[in-house]
Amino acid sequence: MTPTPALRRSAARTLLRLWPLIRPVRVHMITAVCAAVFATGASLTIPLVLKWMVDGPVSTGDLAGVWAGGAVLLLMGGAEAVLAGLRRWVLARPLARVEASFRALLHARLQRVPMAFHDRWSSGQLLSRVTSDLNQIRMFLSFPLMYLVVNGTTILGGYAILLAQRWTLGMVLLAPVVPLLVLCAVFESRYLVASLRAQDQSGDLATAVEESVLGIRIIKGFGRQRHQIDTLVGLAGRIRDTELDKARQLAVVRAASALLPELALGAALVIGVAQVAGGDLSAGTLVAFLTTALALRWPVESIGSLLAMGNEAAAATQRCFEVLDEPEEGEREPKPTAVTTTRTGPGELVFEGVEFRYPDALAGSPPVLRGVDLRVRAGETVAVVGATGCGKTTLTALVTRMHDPTGGRILLDGVDITDMPRERLRTEVAVAFEEATLFATTVADNVLLGGDGLGEADMWSALEVAQAAAFVAALPQGARTEVGERGSRLSGGQRQRLALSRAIIARPRYLVLDDFLSALDIRTEVLVEAALHDVLADTTALVIAHRPSTVLLADRVALLSGGRIAAVGTHRQLLRENTEYADLMGSGPQLRGGGDDR
Amino acid sequence: MTSRTTTGQATDRPRRAAPEQAAASTLADDQEAPFDQDRLPTPPGSSRALLASLLRPHSRRLWASALLVLLQQGAVQSGPLLVVVAIDTAVPALRGGDPVPLLSVAVAYLLTAVLAGGAQYAFVRQSGRVSQDVLLGLRTRIFRQLQDLSVDFHDRYTSGRVISRSTADVENLRGLVHNGLQDLVEIALSTLYISAVLLYLDWQLGVAALASTPVLVRLVRSLQRRSMRAYRRKSTATASVVVKLAETLNGIRTVRAFRRERANDAAFDVVNRRHELASGDASLEMTRYIVFSRLVADTAVAVLMLWSAYRVATGMLELGVLAGAVLYLRRLYDPIDRLGMLLNSYQAAAASLEKIAGLLLQRPGVPPPATPVELPVPRGPGPGRALVVEAASFAYRTGGEVLPRTDLALRPGSTVAVVGATGAGKSTLAKLLARFHDPTTGRVLLDGIDLRDLTDADLRRAVVIVAQEPFLFSGTVSDNIEIGRPGATREQVVRAAEAVGAHAFITALPDGYDTDLRARGGRISAGQRQLVSFARVLLADPAVLILDEATGSLDLPGERAVQYAMRTALHGRTAVVIAHRLSTAETADRVLVMADGRIVEDGAPADLVAAGGRFADMYRAWNESLR
Ligand SMILES: Nc1ncnc2c1ncn2[C@@H]1O[C@H](COP(=O)(O)OP(=O)(O)OP(=O)(O)O)[C@@H](O)[C@H]1O
Ligand SMILES: Nc1ncnc2c1ncn2[C@@H]1O[C@H](COP(=O)(O)OP(=O)(O)OP(=O)(O)O)[C@@H](O)[C@H]1O
Ligand SMILES: [Mg+2]
Ligand SMILES: [Mg+2]
Repeated sequence: MTPTPALRRSAARTLLRLWPLIRPVRVHMITAVCAAVFATGASLTIPLVLKWMVDGPVSTGDLAGVWAGGAVLLLMGGAEAVLAGLRRWVLARPLARVEASFRALLHARLQRVPMAFHDRWSSGQLLSRVTSDLNQIRMFLSFPLMYLVVNGTTILGGYAILLAQRWTLGMVLLAPVVPLLVLCAVFESRYLVASLRAQDQSGDLATAVEESVLGIRIIKGFGRQRHQIDTLVGLAGRIRDTELDKARQLAVVRAASALLPELALGAALVIGVAQVAGGDLSAGTLVAFLTTALALRWPVESIGSLLAMGNEAAAATQRCFEVLDEPEEGEREPKPTAVTTTRTGPGELVFEGVEFRYPDALAGSPPVLRGVDLRVRAGETVAVVGATGCGKTTLTALVTRMHDPTGGRILLDGVDITDMPRERLRTEVAVAFEEATLFATTVADNVLLGGDGLGEADMWSALEVAQAAAFVAALPQGARTEVGERGSRLSGGQRQRLALSRAIIARPRYLVLDDFLSALDIRTEVLVEAALHDVLADTTALVIAHRPSTVLLADRVALLSGGRIAAVGTHRQLLRENTEYADLMGSGPQLRGGGDDR
Repeated sequence: MTSRTTTGQATDRPRRAAPEQAAASTLADDQEAPFDQDRLPTPPGSSRALLASLLRPHSRRLWASALLVLLQQGAVQSGPLLVVVAIDTAVPALRGGDPVPLLSVAVAYLLTAVLAGGAQYAFVRQSGRVSQDVLLGLRTRIFRQLQDLSVDFHDRYTSGRVISRSTADVENLRGLVHNGLQDLVEIALSTLYISAVLLYLDWQLGVAALASTPVLVRLVRSLQRRSMRAYRRKSTATASVVVKLAETLNGIRTVRAFRRERANDAAFDVVNRRHELASGDASLEMTRYIVFSRLVADTAVAVLMLWSAYRVATGMLELGVLAGAVLYLRRLYDPIDRLGMLLNSYQAAAASLEKIAGLLLQRPGVPPPATPVELPVPRGPGPGRALVVEAASFAYRTGGEVLPRTDLALRPGSTVAVVGATGAGKSTLAKLLARFHDPTTGRVLLDGIDLRDLTDADLRRAVVIVAQEPFLFSGTVSDNIEIGRPGATREQVVRAAEAVGAHAFITALPDGYDTDLRARGGRISAGQRQLVSFARVLLADPAVLILDEATGSLDLPGERAVQYAMRTALHGRTAVVIAHRLSTAETADRVLVMADGRIVEDGAPADLVAAGGRFADMYRAWNESLR
């Protein structure tokens, strides 16, 4: 479920996008490359020193020379060890930091992109980017990138030497370069695509795994474990197929980069021998030439694997930038009217011809909200009632700007909310969502996140209002009890009451409560409502309700129907006058034969 | 509004009522501790055992791959040999007018090149296949285990950890299985070959060179031990990163609405930083190893060289032999770096495998029966079955006893409503009936058979529960409904949706039944999600159904449609319905009122109202609100 990127860049251009992140460690990287080059140099000279010792001091019995040689050996060895260490040491922490800062960047962005983004993206895709993609990028930076540079240079230098030694033979060795380059180019584009697919598939797998755990009750409840395992294994099997496809491509490139240069070397050998035999070439030159050529074997062969890793890193980079290219939720320039000092006391909440249509709604279908006009007076509590799926939750989401209306406007104290910074809007308006979202932390942390700078006392009084103080106090560690993932260690009604405490703890000026008592029994509900009366007295509240008992909390009731407010009045009034409303609220208890009071 | 003035005391039962309960709860806490850890307890060596068991089924293909590496190495190493042959024999021969040696060198070279390339190709493909099969095998095991483990386990272990285990941790093994074999074979080959040559050339030098092995082994050991520690921390940190981010993503609305972005950034920084440190530590361990092992190797070379020079000077060693041996001496130590990297990826994999092994070693809290008893055909006249709770009590691992000793018998085909204060234990009772948990004492019987003795398939065919939180999977509407009966036809799906009154809104979706509902069914409203959940039940067509507030988010007409569907499509089934809206309770055959985990009232709704107890109170309050 990744929206496919319209633009496919080449691997190199994609990787270049990492530059701003690498910039801070560029000195480290250059140092590492230099260290790698010198370490290679040191390790190449050690055999020379050995040879010199055997041919020189050892053969002549020059004791001082032998000691000197030993000292040089130790020195070179020490240098080699230190340089090889330096190459790694200089990058160890900095690259970890690059990865971490990239991760922090992604995390920050994910929290600030428009909500519609999260509708489109599954969490597994995002999680896999933040873990395995970043890991791949770091690995590429720490190793293959450097060796692409070092080996590339070695190859160029080596070929230059070969050409200088004997350009005719050198040309023979160069012959496979063209087919190899073509092969690499083809490989690059195909391997990049396959790597992207593999990563996308592992993101999908992550999503499915997450769902198989979060939905474990459904899966077990219906005995669908087998089915679920098959689905997951199927997804993992797709990853396997893609990886096999990658392996096949890689096999071709690696085999070709082993075979073609070897063939050229064989040809050069035969020609060289013929030339030596013909007296055109000295045997020594041929040996030197072939030794250099053989030394180039590993750098040439390694290019295939290095390119593969480069492509995987490019795929990872592209995937991360798919997130980073998403702009943060924009703020409009605040209008002078909006910058009024924060008022206290309740304000007015007005919907003016509010229209809303989900971006992915069926073309031609009517919008969910098509002209909602509603005025919630300062300090008033208005209940919104409507059929399932009529748009109540959508309406509440507009107030905190989870979405912006596609038409009309919403005013707080006469100020269009789109002119307010979201931060301030969300300080003024507190919400309790229909599904109580708790985080896997303590009760206290969950409740206290409702406002800034609040203390224990505030928490307990909020819990008191929500009739949650008693059960919280009775928990094993009181308010310090961990509630588990999504609050799974609490009952449904307990979760809902914590979410309510969180909404009211900061005594917000506006309160939006979406079907917030649905999991409470009637007795508790009555108690909560009684306690809420005080809170609501100096708060402007919009309350979504399904049950008559909840509606009683409100001063007025608005009926949402057909995307508009169809009627406004008191509960009893509407119950008498509006048949749709009476229907929604139940026509009366059936035990008594039903409907005798209508 | 009489009941508004009845200021009830705490609606929730204090859970530490009795001292012995407190003791029980600390005990439970102790037992629980490992669940909360990222690293579940494992016996020593479990990661190696797991790796071995993963590789064993592929041992023949692994040997074949190893052979391919040998072949390829042989071909590659014969290249320089052919050069020597060409210069030593082909040149003179050619000068003498004999092209045959040159031609044979040419053919031999061609053959070795083709062999090297071919073996390389075959190896990459073969090892790719083996390693992917190993990973798939591991994932399959993880997935099986995840589905076997109880709800209780998952509540504690959290989905983020599971994701981390089955993605990041499995990928850590990938590095090892992809390149490990080739590295291993090549390192072993090179070491063996060069040691042999050295020993052959000058056995004293060979033995002396091998004497440095113990030092290197100690370095290797220390690398293993220390980097294991770093990788363990890294894998834990990765899991924390996933857990944190998954939680943020799942609660993104709440995060936004309460402006938690900055606080989250800070909290994320903590785990991110931990990951950074562990990751850097692991690299530094590798650095340490490289520096020390190189130093050891180079010192050994220098010392051996001096010793050889001394021996040459004293005539114990021929110069010619030394000239030959000296280059091999140096090459003996060439694979040290590669060995380090191999060990590095082994440790990374081992740290992850250890965590996975811990997960795989968990025993399911709700185990399958050792000797399953078959469920007889329903005894009653209808399809419903009898449910009996026999002296059952229950405590969650993290808390005190939630259900004290309870007895309850449900007649086949009856509809029983369960009402009561929030936190009274209604959902807990429902979970026991559906065997999400086993009672701490006592038992639950379905048609006389202990639920513990039923196979999962039998149990789930007979008993279906709609849990309090509707959960929809990403995927189409019809996929979601089909969970009730995989492989159901579209017609059956539509009929189920029609029966619960969901058809209308589904057809209004952009692609009707094929509309992707997105994660947790985010594309539809809360009530619509409940309707879809309920449609599943109709497809599943169980003998016993348990509805835990399955209609709480519906409007009343919607709820009535669902009730109608229960009376018609699910007629004759035994039903346990937990609901707060009394419109549901009043249509039931029997009402149970729960308080503090006990059933305090039990009877037909009309009788309970007449008797004037808690239910009568609730009923009065409910009626008030309708007027
Ligand atoms: N993210 C979305 N994308 C597209 N359509 C959506 C989305 N969320 C909701 N809808 C559709 O918009 C309509 C209104 O949904 P909303 O959640 O506002 O209903 P609601 O009145 O709150 O219903 P309920 O009482 O069931 O909670 C529904 O028909 C739903 O299918
Ligand atoms: N996984 C758990 N671990 C520990 N305690 C739990 C767990 N689940 C529930 N509890 C506790 O057990 C008690 C009963 O919970 P249960 O969910 O059965 O209540 P309920 O009657 O269904 O309430 P509600 O009407 O609010 O859903 C509560 O006090 C709750 O905190
Ligand atoms: Mg809603
Ligand atoms: Mg419950």
